[in-house]
Amino acid sequence: MTVEALANALELSALVVAEPEREIDGVYIGDLLSWVMGRAKSDNVWITIMSNINVIAVATLADVSCVILAEGVSLDEETLAVARAKGVNLYTSPKTAYQLAAAIAALPV
Amino acid sequence: MSEVVKLHFDVDGEDFTSAGQASVQVKKILRQLGINPEIIRKVSIAMYEGEINMVIHAGGGYADILIYEDRIEIHLVDHGPGIANVEMAMREGWSTAPDNIRSLGFGAGMGLPNMKRYTDDMKIDSALGEGTRITMRINL
Repeated sequence: MTVEALANALELSALVVAEPEREIDGVYIGDLLSWVMGRAKSDNVWITIMSNINVIAVATLADVSCVILAEGVSLDEETLAVARAKGVNLYTSPKTAYQLAAAIAALPV
Repeated sequence: MSEVVKLHFDVDGEDFTSAGQASVQVKKILRQLGINPEIIRKVSIAMYEGEINMVIHAGGGYADILIYEDRIEIHLVDHGPGIANVEMAMREGWSTAPDNIRSLGFGAGMGLPNMKRYTDDMKIDSALGEGTRITMRINL
């Protein structure tokens, strides 16, 4: 499934759409950035409530397919500009991390 | 075997939000060199953790990346306070980072363990009051 298809299925609000055709593979949920870098895999969807600029660096380095900010978290314009420059797919949703993960698990593959 | 490419980066100890610029730059260069994506991921995460550590604990430092035909070496050097107990510092979950760093999502005690996890060899030389030199090797 592509990032774009996921965003449509989960009704995510797009903050930065850099590479909508990227394929997703699995999900990782976490807010401790080093933990995410240690455990998330390439192409994972990363769900977090962390909302500072380091999220963009971690998303880039861990090579996740997209970041979903849960519980209505958003980012300031400066951070969004960095995400655009680095080509990070970034979405937000009012749902909790659990609700998002459950919704992804229920999707037809 | 002869050295192919050498990269040098100064890590600014003042600016926490820009930490990671060197790692992202390294990632870009490795991609241009056609290095395997999983190797790129390991090198850039190990280096980012090192950069973050230098900013949190040591007031900055520098990083040298040496790319050989058969391996990549990362040398991280700072003149910070040094690591009092390397064995403890290597334990997952053990951290001396202050609260303001934790609120940014770091300080989980995973930095050095991640650097070890993502590299084939890691050596820490640290002296209290003098600084720390970390050498990591990733085989190609």
